[in-house]
Amino acid sequence: MQFEEIKNIISDKIGSSAIIKEDAAQLQPQLTVDQKFLLSICRELHVNPSLYFDYLSCITGIDNGPEKGTMEVIYHLYSIPFNHHFILKVELQRTIDALPSAPSVTSIWKTADWHEREVYDMFGIKFEGHPDLRRILLPADWEGYPLRKDYKQQEYYHGIKVEY
Amino acid sequence: MMNDESKLSSHSLLVIRNSTLEMSLLDTKFGQGGIIITGVDEVINWARLSSLWPMGFGIACCAIEMMSTYTSGYDLDRFGIFPRPSPRQSDVMIVAGTVTFKMADRIKRLYEQMAEPRYVVSMGSCSNCGGPYWQHGYHVVKGVDRIIPVDVYVPGCPPRPETLIGGFLKLQEKIRKESLVEPKAIEKLMQKKTEV
Repeated sequence: MQFEEIKNIISDKIGSSAIIKEDAAQLQPQLTVDQKFLLSICRELHVNPSLYFDYLSCITGIDNGPEKGTMEVIYHLYSIPFNHHFILKVELQRTIDALPSAPSVTSIWKTADWHEREVYDMFGIKFEGHPDLRRILLPADWEGYPLRKDYKQQEYYHGIKVEY
Repeated sequence: MMNDESKLSSHSLLVIRNSTLEMSLLDTKFGQGGIIITGVDEVINWARLSSLWPMGFGIACCAIEMMSTYTSGYDLDRFGIFPRPSPRQSDVMIVAGTVTFKMADRIKRLYEQMAEPRYVVSMGSCSNCGGPYWQHGYHVVKGVDRIIPVDVYVPGCPPRPETLIGGFLKLQEKIRKESLVEPKAIEKLMQKKTEV
């Protein structure tokens, strides 16, 4: 199924207000949606018999930097029986005092558990409703989120100098 | 070192100092009841360096080269080097790979669990100095010598098995020169104290 058809199903079932932006000209067309509707959109993509996105290939985090003040989470979906792909995107405000947060999709795809933990570990994006949100790669007492544009590494970790 | 065969007949007395005793003794037949007189250091060191048991663990791609060094092709066992599954049974630790800060605490703990005398071979650029992660690797310890003392550094990324064997030959050289019986440092310290 093509991008346009999937997009139409989403706007029919969820409402066109859920769609913020579409980027169909790219090699991999992608749909930016309102994060309030993310969970219901994902559920529809998962259960709709004509879509059947049973596989969440990947979750990506992006930090657009403090100037732009936004962060992005990208979901790459794949349907094994229909062999079609879809890319969903949510944009988050890059808040300073609290971590930006997005809804967790672990209730739909189990594999999102570790993907979301990795995005949390590297970007400091919270996933509301995640069953076990803690760092996955770095030690639990690590300071900061390394893939953020304004990341500064700590000077010492457990008494060991970090700098070369 | 006496190599003359007649001297090695029964009831002979053999005096060895500063030994390189391995080969020349082992390829000669003995008579019955031969006696060898040698230094305690030489014999103990010979025994220790001929049976270096490394701890069986690896942390990155260097471990692949380390494993192939253990296999029959390179055969580390011919030097008496054979991996052990426990730090309590190990004499030497091969740090084969990238030491991350998360791993650093564990490596330190394993090192502390090894019985003395213990040695550390740092294998490859990562564990020598951080390797390719030296500049942007926020998660990498820039050299395992920041957490535990290192005896031999083996260069390479990763080092070939021959290089690791070379590292062990260097370690054997180091052990051969060691002395476990003469407390020279303490004697010097005592002398200093009495002088003051």
